[in-house]
Amino acid sequence: MTTRRSALLRQPMAITAACMLGVLVVLAVLAPVLWGGQAAAANPDAITLPSSAEHLLGTDKLGRDVLLRTLVATRLSLVMAVAATAIGACAGLLLGALPAVLGARAQRWFAGVIGTWLAFPVLLIAMLTVILLGTGATTAVVALALTMAPSFARLAQTLSSRVGGSEYLAAARMLGVSRRRQFTRYVLPNIAEPVIVNVTTSIGGGLLALSSLSFLGVGVQPPDFDWGRLLSEGFGEVYNSPVAAIGPGVAVVFAGLAFSMLGESLAAHLRHREHGKALPPRRLGPAPVAARPVETPSATPKESTEEGVDTVVPLLEVDGLSVSFPGPDGWITPVQDVSFRIAPGEIVGVVGESGSGKSVTVMSVAQLAPAGAAVTARRLRFDGEDLTGLTPAAAGKVLGTRVGVVFQDSLTALNPALRVGAQLAEVPRVHGNAGRRQAREMSVRALDDVRIPDAEHRAQQFPHEFSGGMRQRALIAMSQIGSPSLIIADEPTTALDVTVQRRVLALLRRGCAESGTAAIVVSHDVAVLAELCGRILVMYAGRIVEDVDCALLATPERLAHPYTRALTASLPDLGTDRTRQLVTIPGEPPDLSRPVPGCAFAARCAFATDRCRTETPVLAPHRHLGRVACWHPQDATAPDTAPGREEVEA
Amino acid sequence: MAELVIEDLVVTFGHRHRAVNAVDGVSLTVPHGTIVGLVGESGSGKSTVARTVAGLQRATSGRVTLDGDDLLRTRGVDRRRRARDVQMIFQDPYSSLNPRMTVGETIEEALTTHGDLDAKQRAASVRELLDLVRLKAAVTGQYPSQISGGMRQRVAIARCLAVRPRLIVADEITSALDASVQGAVLNLIRDLQRELDLSMIFITHNLAAVRYIADTTAVMSRGRVVEHGDAAAIVANPRRPYTRALVSAIPRIENAGTDHLLRLTDPEGAR
Amino acid sequence: MTRPTSASGRPLGNRWLGFLLRRTGRMLVAMWVIVTVAFLVLRIAGGDPVRSALGATADESVVQARREQLGLNDPLVLQYLDYLSGLFRGDLGVSLITGRSVTELVSHRLPATLELAGIAFLAVLLVAVPVGLGIAIITQGNGRRGTEMAFTGVTAFIAAIPEYLLGVVLVIVFAITLHALPVAGRTGPASYLLPVIALSVSAAASIARIARIEALNTLKDDYVRTARSKRLPAWMIYFRHALPNMLTATLTIGGTLLAAMIAGSVLVEQVFNWPGLGTAFVGAITTKDYGIVQGLALVYAAIILVVNLLVDLVLSLLDRRTSLLETS
Repeated sequence: MTTRRSALLRQPMAITAACMLGVLVVLAVLAPVLWGGQAAAANPDAITLPSSAEHLLGTDKLGRDVLLRTLVATRLSLVMAVAATAIGACAGLLLGALPAVLGARAQRWFAGVIGTWLAFPVLLIAMLTVILLGTGATTAVVALALTMAPSFARLAQTLSSRVGGSEYLAAARMLGVSRRRQFTRYVLPNIAEPVIVNVTTSIGGGLLALSSLSFLGVGVQPPDFDWGRLLSEGFGEVYNSPVAAIGPGVAVVFAGLAFSMLGESLAAHLRHREHGKALPPRRLGPAPVAARPVETPSATPKESTEEGVDTVVPLLEVDGLSVSFPGPDGWITPVQDVSFRIAPGEIVGVVGESGSGKSVTVMSVAQLAPAGAAVTARRLRFDGEDLTGLTPAAAGKVLGTRVGVVFQDSLTALNPALRVGAQLAEVPRVHGNAGRRQAREMSVRALDDVRIPDAEHRAQQFPHEFSGGMRQRALIAMSQIGSPSLIIADEPTTALDVTVQRRVLALLRRGCAESGTAAIVVSHDVAVLAELCGRILVMYAGRIVEDVDCALLATPERLAHPYTRALTASLPDLGTDRTRQLVTIPGEPPDLSRPVPGCAFAARCAFATDRCRTETPVLAPHRHLGRVACWHPQDATAPDTAPGREEVEA
Repeated sequence: MAELVIEDLVVTFGHRHRAVNAVDGVSLTVPHGTIVGLVGESGSGKSTVARTVAGLQRATSGRVTLDGDDLLRTRGVDRRRRARDVQMIFQDPYSSLNPRMTVGETIEEALTTHGDLDAKQRAASVRELLDLVRLKAAVTGQYPSQISGGMRQRVAIARCLAVRPRLIVADEITSALDASVQGAVLNLIRDLQRELDLSMIFITHNLAAVRYIADTTAVMSRGRVVEHGDAAAIVANPRRPYTRALVSAIPRIENAGTDHLLRLTDPEGAR
Repeated sequence: MTRPTSASGRPLGNRWLGFLLRRTGRMLVAMWVIVTVAFLVLRIAGGDPVRSALGATADESVVQARREQLGLNDPLVLQYLDYLSGLFRGDLGVSLITGRSVTELVSHRLPATLELAGIAFLAVLLVAVPVGLGIAIITQGNGRRGTEMAFTGVTAFIAAIPEYLLGVVLVIVFAITLHALPVAGRTGPASYLLPVIALSVSAAASIARIARIEALNTLKDDYVRTARSKRLPAWMIYFRHALPNMLTATLTIGGTLLAAMIAGSVLVEQVFNWPGLGTAFVGAITTKDYGIVQGLALVYAAIILVVNLLVDLVLSLLDRRTSLLETS
């Protein structure tokens, strides 16, 4: 708790707000004691004086000093605002959050009440309160509390319905936890923070609203006075003494600002605690860059020459790609020194667990890394053109429609506000200079190509009207409409059922085969990639650990890296021996926010030695005709130290 | 001893002309000390069956009994007794643990609600339960956000075991986990089931997982059970065309590097 | 578990019509509740409103005559039915003091208020949304902390200035000191300038803040990345893909601010002596003429409900899912 508070108080905005509030509180406590009498006493000799050294803000109609009155009014103004907000917040919180533990019917009923109440105009509530209670400070406070309550209730309702629908509350219900405990231990703690932020900001808003009511003459009545009252009195004399209206005005703005700034910095603090506050670019320094390779820059296995692949210029060449994000303690580098090549027409899979950097890698290649990411590469070439060192925007322009992208979540990847056909037609419209009609026809044909029935009609629909499988196919159609030479697919089938998944995979495979398009497909499921791809890149903790022909996956004993072998063995398939324990990988992937010395897999590897824990293995050509980054490859009885390359050349 | 019997269960969502039978006449028996797998694609109604058995979803008609006790009865049931009947483990360990409670508090919550152990005994029980799910005692004071997905799922399992329920419903408990962690959780579930003689409904879309872990498997499609039989046999030798389609669609590592996908005939792509 | 019924369900047009009808129905229910509450409040309020409006010195026969005219001596149910049927005929009641029709008052003064609020609405949306989007584009990622802090600071400051206070300052600076613009009244195009500024600036600052946050969220959305993957020109990414979705989110949160501007107009009218409903309203409050207060409060309630309805309709047109989600 102490560390949390001190972190909050390091923000300049929070410090300013705290100082301003301090001044207000001191004034609220002391001013009425010190100057209360003076501020109320009429002085017939000094009526409506302009600003002077004696009366900085002049005097009012009864000759009272406006500055003193403004200072004294702090107490009443603040107390009223805090009281009204407190009442409104408590009522709103109960009304909004309680239904979460009372069941669906109560929830609907309360939602109805809150909805109708919210529809009650603020002004009307204030006026009705005035009619009922007459004018005065109490009226103003009650009116404000009544108008604040429903918006607090709505906030509490939105937040607590998230808790109410959560599995942890369902679990608590199933455990038989009492309703009162559900409310105090589960609902309240999980909605507290945003509510506190909102309450803080609302005090500022309440202050303004109360001053408005007093300004209208509905709120505080003489002889009492708050800032709104002073403002309205000052405005009445605005021709004689304009400063009399300015003083209380400044006070209102000062106090309103103090509370809204405090709320703002609280919110920022919570946001940063949740997502970690990244250091500003200035303090981060330059992003990490992959070191020069120890061996020759050409990472291509020699054997490709034998197969004649090297005579073809690679479509994509990535060398020493690193991607870093600003983190709380410096750069976090989820992709480190990744190098690979894609031949024209080749389908390459990238497999890895969450956090292995597989998606970040391919998105960076596609020049679609998230804003704020620092992407560096020794070399990045696509289709004979050098992209090294270009900005993402410039490199993206060079890539143009030659790279098509299929994203993971088809519902969020399509724009909900645009028709599917229109989203497909954009590529031919922008890049192919096609007319509206022609582009439309092209998009319908593209949807037809991915076997979407009644494509003409479907093109006119919005994404949410499609089923999941159909959306994914529409995304594939969109990636193909510009006739790309490379398709990058990020988890294209993850959310889909197996039967739909197989159809989508077949579609991708067939599309590539027919048009000679190359593809990089990312997945966490090695079996999916095994069926689809020709070659597979295995990633672990931001690095490629093995680059191997897919056919070898069927014979795990020929795989070299212990991680790849464990990955293929650890999942049950339809032939797993049911009487035996599943093979598992002990431990968890490492935390990449700190640099990992040596091989990142060493901590979970049965074959790890001291060398593995200190020295990072280099991705080097291996005897299985691929590449591997391991000090102790497991694919042969040959001594671990035997370098694979000589064997291949022999 | 606990035997779950589901008879002709129907669960309807929506009203009038938009009403959909999510579960449409399901009958199923879970004999004591066995794991019954429930597989199907999304929308098949398998999770609705699970939630209904767990009391999180109201049934439209049908009977669900545990050793003759009616589980669908809603009135006059002691919530704590009901909690000892059925417990559920959820799919997403990121959302099934209260982010504001430590691992120790989460498990203790189950213990305090059921039984009158003093603080010391509770602490000992928490250690025992953590040990049972292969977690170190050091995690007791940690919050869910500080531990990995696999560890969270173990905590959820421990919380469920703390109540000593007569039946456990496990809803897609491995599908949110990474490949390297899934196997360990499956192993754990199987070990626990044998050690503690648990009765369990194991819901998943993963046929290979259900084949490995379950004794019998029921295949669901459009709210109905289309096939029910021995877990290994149903995969090796599916009788219904739907099951056959499901089995044949599973990507297999044996097909690695082949043109298997190109040889598929896919006449039409409707969902 | 739910099938995407829209794929096979009723045509979209019908669904939207249904949505429209439901929303209008809900508005009418809210209006009815408001009318009833307004009716009851005046009846159960302590003391005799007619007496307090006419003053202690007024002759008892005058008071009785006014009570008779208002039907205040009838049974409550009868009064209520009378009141409702009057409202249906467009009768908003009468002034307790002069006995003149409130409807007549409204028909004289409503245009001035609607003009002021309408222009201010447009000004807010046309300034705040583009500014918010623009600042979001500049400050996305980790860059330009300075710009971000300056924007946040300035808008927070402006949002903390209540409309009436800004009005007072504007009057002092531009009308009294510089003699550049009219002090008060609705006399010509120039006389609109200060009231519109006073009414719209603080709301514009708040909405610009909301717009920036929503725009930042939208720019992080997957479909914006999809648009980038299609290498569309920047203007297309921002205006075609981001703007409609960001506008939806902004209006959802900022809609209540637009409604709050109606309340703000009462104060601004008061400052500038604008011949609208607001000045009449405040006048009636000061003279305790609760007949006028009640009638005008209903008019304001209706305006605000209509604004809310319009915001909802615009939202549903921008984002077709809102209207569809309603049905499920």
